[in-house]
Amino acid sequence: MYELKHDERKCLACHSCDCLTKCQYMDIEIDTAKTEIRKIINGEDSFVLHQCATCYACEEYCPKGNHPFYLIVERQEEMGILPTPRPLIRQALQMGVPQREFKVAEVHEPAISMCMFTALAGSIQGKLYEGVSILPSGTQEGMHFFCQLMYLHFARTSVIKERLPRIIDNIARHNVKELICFHDECYGAFASYAPAYGIEVPFRPIHLFEYLYNRLRELKNDIKPLNLKVAYQRPCSSRLSPDKLHFVDDIFNLIGVESVEREYVGENALCCASLIRGQSKEGSRRIAADVQRRNIGDMVQGGAQACIFNCPYCFISSSERVAKNGLNPVLLGDLCRLAVG
Amino acid sequence: MDPVYKALVEIAGEGHVSNRPEELHTYSRDLGTSEPHRPDYVVAPRTTEQVQEVVKLANRERIPVVPLGGGLSLAGLAVPLRGGIALDMKRMDTILEVNEKARYAVIEAGVSQGKLISYLHRHHPDLRHSEPQAPTPATIAGNIAIHGQGDLAQPYGFNSDMVNGLEVVLPTGEACKIGSCAVSPGWFTLHPLPDLGLFLGWFGTTGIITKLSLRLFPLKRIREVEQFVVEDPGLVPEVIYKVTHTEMAEDVFAGTQSTIPARVGLHHVTVYITADSEKELEFKTGLIWDDALGEYIRSGDGGFADLLPPMKARFAARPGMLLSTVCDTLQGGGFEYVGGIMPVETYPQCCQRGAEIYSKHGIPQLMIARVIGRAHAMMFAWAYPFNRGDAESVNKAREAVHETDDLALDLGGTIWKPGVYGQKKLMERMDPGTLQLMRRVKELLDPNGIMNPGNWEVA
Repeated sequence: MYELKHDERKCLACHSCDCLTKCQYMDIEIDTAKTEIRKIINGEDSFVLHQCATCYACEEYCPKGNHPFYLIVERQEEMGILPTPRPLIRQALQMGVPQREFKVAEVHEPAISMCMFTALAGSIQGKLYEGVSILPSGTQEGMHFFCQLMYLHFARTSVIKERLPRIIDNIARHNVKELICFHDECYGAFASYAPAYGIEVPFRPIHLFEYLYNRLRELKNDIKPLNLKVAYQRPCSSRLSPDKLHFVDDIFNLIGVESVEREYVGENALCCASLIRGQSKEGSRRIAADVQRRNIGDMVQGGAQACIFNCPYCFISSSERVAKNGLNPVLLGDLCRLAVG
Repeated sequence: MDPVYKALVEIAGEGHVSNRPEELHTYSRDLGTSEPHRPDYVVAPRTTEQVQEVVKLANRERIPVVPLGGGLSLAGLAVPLRGGIALDMKRMDTILEVNEKARYAVIEAGVSQGKLISYLHRHHPDLRHSEPQAPTPATIAGNIAIHGQGDLAQPYGFNSDMVNGLEVVLPTGEACKIGSCAVSPGWFTLHPLPDLGLFLGWFGTTGIITKLSLRLFPLKRIREVEQFVVEDPGLVPEVIYKVTHTEMAEDVFAGTQSTIPARVGLHHVTVYITADSEKELEFKTGLIWDDALGEYIRSGDGGFADLLPPMKARFAARPGMLLSTVCDTLQGGGFEYVGGIMPVETYPQCCQRGAEIYSKHGIPQLMIARVIGRAHAMMFAWAYPFNRGDAESVNKAREAVHETDDLALDLGGTIWKPGVYGQKKLMERMDPGTLQLMRRVKELLDPNGIMNPGNWEVA
């Protein structure tokens, strides 16, 4: 079975313990951080395992790339410390099981995987996506391409390890050499999680924003600047690919969009908190409401006219809330389509 | 010309009477598994006086009369078991009065759920009634006549508990009023006049409702839905008890099903919370979520699902169409359910024993319970879809319905809107004194036995 490539020596030698001291949900000073990370490494109980909000941010904070969040999830599962009530975990796991067979379609590159968000396949059209094949080809086949990484929120890394190789195989059967990932978390699954566990990925994952940026440069003459002030909603999964974050501003610069001044941006970004709301630890509902209030309030205060989403799940769960606060919710891909017509 | 047909035309008018095969076919059946029976005539009266004349004619000619509204009971209650006159009340569809201050509406018996909802929305946007999950053409009076329940069942009980008054035509043709409307212009209360509750739950065998006064309630601006999920059905009664104790929820459902794979083996308690402000919503939600159910969340035994807005919108929509959209799981256009009025504590057994019946007949499971009152009871529905074009499918569903009627009674419940089979089963178990009282009531009110015969036939 797949083992996490975690080097405990790196953790134990770390002077900053950024993974814990920078946590937005737990107030941990350095000495406590060192104690707790040692416990986690040794498989002992730690309050961190109980209090973790599963925002993924520590994966980015770690200066050594030593996967502290994946380690936390491993320990949670080993010790039966579930961040979310069991019935919700069960429901989520059952949701991810494909219910019908899928057909291997004839696909030409560039190809894009919609993951389970096949309902949004309508976004993949126009000049921006000219010639792009969509996987899966059938709208009912999404679960055969679902990256599984959301089970990190449910301390079910074992399920990811079991199912992800099959998903990769389903994609590989289409003989794609490169795959654009519509869902940011898919990119994280193939580019971060899989290597961290030694799961082979026989194609090169392409971050959607990287694809969009390159395509926009090709269509530079067709771009009509949007002249919008926006706030970018950074999802949890983006913490797995911080090297791609710059594409957000690169794209904004190309299409005449200004990212407003904000407190919760970059490393300090707040997640959508949708899955925090139902977590087991006391006060989760209020914590989620507070995060959402601060996050959106920050966007509004900055003068944003629109909230630009990366993750389809964030988009579906948060659009209404964002709109009620006077911001237009838009997926980044759709924003780019607006710019090129 | 048939003299009865001619007499009906003189009463209701040429275009509102039929003995043509098309109409007789349509009125011979309902959407459930009941065997069809053709009426001899169909008539749609417009006034109480016309209803009276039809009933008097039927008495003279000894012809059965079967009143119906939308005919959507699914239990065959408006199927003319012995032929006769199908009395379609839907032309009597005037909303006569809405009294905002006293919060009631006086309506004719043919007013549909949809008509009242849209009328209130347009003219009295602060008011609502307790809306059942029936299709919008279903009539208010029909639902009340069978003791239906709606989305205000948890705070206020059965829809029939929300009646302020009735106008009825007796089986002998007299019209009378029940409630304050009998002594005053106002239709604002049923009590404290002598109890004349002889017309609800009788399936039209004791008279025909022509008008009624229905209590209305405040319509809050915000309608939020939360869904609490557990694996152990034994926890559901406790959860319901705790939620209802807060007195903060509006509608409360619990259920389990096998048709959506993600939800198999789980029980979902759906809680509706309404409010006029975010502050009120937060207050109510906090009491339910944090205080009442917090211990289950912390222990991991239960949790509130992250219902995405599109799904919430489907749950929260009024009129509520969710049941109608999920019931046809076999894509065969047929659907019937047994609604047991059950003690809430029987939820686990209702599920477990119900699952055995579903499995035996190879029907996908869909079981939903609506809480009535402060967990005083629940309407537990075992739903059986079937393919109308497949006789075997119809038979399986019918057998399942009959076995479930027995189950509801075995578990100590009663059967809501029982078909003929269920009525027989109830009467077999009924207190003999009660049974005799029922017979005496029917004989007193309907000496010629013309009203919807075949129903509540006490031996």
